[in-house]
Amino acid sequence: MIKILPSEITPEHVYLNRRKFMAAAGAAVGSLALAACSTAPLTGRGATIVEDKPSAATVRRAQNLPPALAHTEPTAGADRDELGDPLNKFEEITNYNNFYEFSTNKEAVAVEAAKFNPYPWQVKVTGLVNNPFVIDIDDIYKRYTQEERIYRLRCVEAWSMVIPWVGFPLASLLKDADPKSAAKYVKFVTVYRPEEMRGQRMNILEWPYQEGLRIDEAMHPLTILATGMYGKPLTNQQGAPIRLVVPWKYGFKSIKSIVTIELTEEMPATTWSTAAPHEYGFYANVNPTVDHPRWSQASERRIGEFGRRPTLMFNGYAEEVAHLYKGMDLRRSY
Amino acid sequence: MKILYAGAITFLHRGGFWWSVTLAGLTPLLWLLWRAASGGLGVDPVNTINNVTGRAALITLFLSLSCTPLSAIFGFRRALTVRKSLGLMAFLYASLHLLNFVGLDYGLNLKLIVQDALLNKPYILAGGLAFLLLLPLAITSTRGWMKRLGKRWKQLHRLVYVVGVLAVLHFFWQAKVAERWEPMAYAVLLALLLLVRIPQIRRKLSVRSPKAVNMAARADRTLQQFE
Repeated sequence: MIKILPSEITPEHVYLNRRKFMAAAGAAVGSLALAACSTAPLTGRGATIVEDKPSAATVRRAQNLPPALAHTEPTAGADRDELGDPLNKFEEITNYNNFYEFSTNKEAVAVEAAKFNPYPWQVKVTGLVNNPFVIDIDDIYKRYTQEERIYRLRCVEAWSMVIPWVGFPLASLLKDADPKSAAKYVKFVTVYRPEEMRGQRMNILEWPYQEGLRIDEAMHPLTILATGMYGKPLTNQQGAPIRLVVPWKYGFKSIKSIVTIELTEEMPATTWSTAAPHEYGFYANVNPTVDHPRWSQASERRIGEFGRRPTLMFNGYAEEVAHLYKGMDLRRSY
Repeated sequence: MKILYAGAITFLHRGGFWWSVTLAGLTPLLWLLWRAASGGLGVDPVNTINNVTGRAALITLFLSLSCTPLSAIFGFRRALTVRKSLGLMAFLYASLHLLNFVGLDYGLNLKLIVQDALLNKPYILAGGLAFLLLLPLAITSTRGWMKRLGKRWKQLHRLVYVVGVLAVLHFFWQAKVAERWEPMAYAVLLALLLLVRIPQIRRKLSVRSPKAVNMAARADRTLQQFE
């Protein structure tokens, strides 16, 4: 495995120039690591945070600390999604999590996950690629421009939230790995640490958690690897330090705490479709016309609201993604 | 006025056992009210209310179902004094569970409730049916109805076994594979509660003489008449 250094792919002067540009443009300056110290708020959808002082990350790693100071106020660049719906509160998003590695109780995950210490963290990019590599989370922050993306998250359990993620397109990372032409799918694997993850000591699902995307889905500009939320690093219960976010698919596709990304030729087995194949398929696109066998997917409850709102095709991202599934029977490929 | 007074007196004359069980049965409701008042029903109050009322309904229903075997097999006759109270609590929690679903969850959107939920999803149908069957049992739980129905009262109230089965199915059909152990545990409990009602099994299990069993059965009938 080659360990990629940030300077290897982006020439350093370009990288530095970009940083200068961002600073000049008045965008939020300060790394995710230094978001804490940054007084400038993020400036809206697409606002950028760039690494300013790499040394801070090194210091933090040495001390085994997460990449932010705990006292910072969570901030987001905007307060609504593009449909005009307000963001869910930071407290809601971080206290209602499906993360069976810690607990099957959504409101207990935050407490259970508090004992998890993800750092140091590395992500391995492997499989059918010309340039396999292992990259440290600190280098991910530095190498890939972190931007804010406000997305709706629709859980297969028929509730939803609006979340201001911080992250970067998965495509950027995949391009660095240079997939071979035989690569048709991308497989993702969550970390396996039963000593820190109580749920992994129980036989509730097959561990470690695994997910997959078709390569065109993975390369889609809406698909991101998230490293933060509300301008802060991801909390443990959200899948720190790095997770997938695919906003037009049910939440369980957006695998958390990723350690391995593997390009494959065959469609990878995914945890939920292995556990209950008639209930969860590989695609898991949000679709109000295809019900879960046990409940209707036609409507959803937005966390923080009473009553129901209609579920939108592809979670409201049909314009961007519907073409990926042209000619497919979504009733069969659920 | 007189009736109210008499009612209050009978109420106050209940023993410590009745009061303890009744208050214990009401704790989930009090807990919910307290949390609601202090603004702490969690990130998803609908889900919290749903989980608490659903489990409370099942537990009180099962406790109510355990009264007769406790009395007939183990001779714990006082159990019979709380049977009705526990059954009514099951009805109370089931009602709150349904109201939460119809009102807070579906916002009274009848079209969605009927088309998407009731007609489409077996677990909703099972739950709805369980509630419908529990309703006449709650209504006829009074002494007046007991007298009016006579022998048929007991027949009618055997519907509670069907309610139990439907309630467990309702729980099971909505559970994820990984979480099926809980409805399964309830299913095992219900199976036990129903099995001990089969006369042959009951006689074998009884820790007392057949004569005592007979007496208990008689006491049971007497109690029903006066309750």
